[in-house]
Amino acid sequence: MANYPEKLAALVADMQAVTDRMEHAELLIEMADRFDEVRVTPELATPPYPEDRRAPACESEAFVWAVDQPDGSLKFYFDVLNPQGLSAMALSVVIDETLSGVPLESVAQVSDELVFDLFGKEISMGKGAGLMGILGLVRYEARQRLKAG
Amino acid sequence: MSTTIEERGYANADVLVSTDWVAAHKDEPGVRLVESNEDPLLYASGHIPGAIQVDWTHDLNDQLRRDYLNAEGFAALMARIGVTPETLVVFYGDKNNWWATYAFWVFQLFGHTNAKIMDGGRAKWLAERRELTREIPEYPETAYPAPERDDTAIRAFRDQVLAHSQANKPMVDVRSPAEFSGEKLHMPDYPQEGALRGGHIPGAKNVPWASAVNTDDGTFKPADELRRIYEQEQGLNTDDDVITYCRIGERSSHTWFVLKYLLGYSNVRNYDGSWTEWGNLVNVPIER
Repeated sequence: MANYPEKLAALVADMQAVTDRMEHAELLIEMADRFDEVRVTPELATPPYPEDRRAPACESEAFVWAVDQPDGSLKFYFDVLNPQGLSAMALSVVIDETLSGVPLESVAQVSDELVFDLFGKEISMGKGAGLMGILGLVRYEARQRLKAG
Repeated sequence: MSTTIEERGYANADVLVSTDWVAAHKDEPGVRLVESNEDPLLYASGHIPGAIQVDWTHDLNDQLRRDYLNAEGFAALMARIGVTPETLVVFYGDKNNWWATYAFWVFQLFGHTNAKIMDGGRAKWLAERRELTREIPEYPETAYPAPERDDTAIRAFRDQVLAHSQANKPMVDVRSPAEFSGEKLHMPDYPQEGALRGGHIPGAKNVPWASAVNTDDGTFKPADELRRIYEQEQGLNTDDDVITYCRIGERSSHTWFVLKYLLGYSNVRNYDGSWTEWGNLVNVPIER
């Protein structure tokens, strides 16, 4: 397994312990069901969203925001315009629950392997690219803050 | 509002069924609903009662070679989902049925012609607020005498595609204009495109796959509109020898379906190697 921050590593380990395909999907769906908790607030943004918030290659039309926290970490928010974009919603919840409030250095190092660790290596190329687009935008936000010092 | 399937002037209208038809016939023992999606979570989150899932990667692909399952594997799949050669298989799925047409195409490699697509797919069923369930159905195992896979009629391989291109025969690249032009591979955000070179196969016309569906409800456009897109604008003819391709052959199966069944083209093949093969091949011609 990749070198993930503690909470993310624990979640990935829990997910990988579930080998039944349908049970694995159920766990991810339960996460997607919590998407409203990470949905961008009207105070932060309302549609139509600026294109620089759009996750590259994500056909579920996912958008990502990062809000600076007093301790220097980030709190992540999302929107997924495709109501059937369950995988994008599930990943958004995973990111918020395990990477919001985490030191920027750790967020910046979360690799694309996370997509395969969560969704399986057989995920379609297009779907994988879209989910990596969400993760890539999250990393980008952390790296920009690190560069700015 | 869409016209009925019968009113749209298709060459083979009976290859489509409406959501109304599915609602009325889904419980018949001779009908098997098959959901095929890109998003691996959708089926588990709710599906049409009685529908089983056929997953592209788990169920239709060979797990070692880049190829589809063989006759033995297909027979095992059919047995598992309770299908006999007489069963009418009705496919539907997300993304305006692109994965459903992909599964349909693979079934045709094994000659299961008793198959249809639910017009509008999963999105239309949901938009109509029809019943969904999370219950996974189980069907008695069947015996399915699967024939050897026939790759000659509807599947194209790279050497055939090269010869086809060199003979200036028609090809349809159904990817986005950015993929067709090669622009997309030059963008740093898209390293996962799976090809070392961007562009398209020389001579290919670019008609994105979604051109064939109505954006409001995901149903297929009527035949006259499809003819305008493929024939008046791109110069194709029903007697042409046509090859469709995209990135891995999934989106192009949708256009293959449109040309072969809805417009009645006699000779259409899907190049499933598509750009992930062509864009990595050494010394094949590429246009931008």
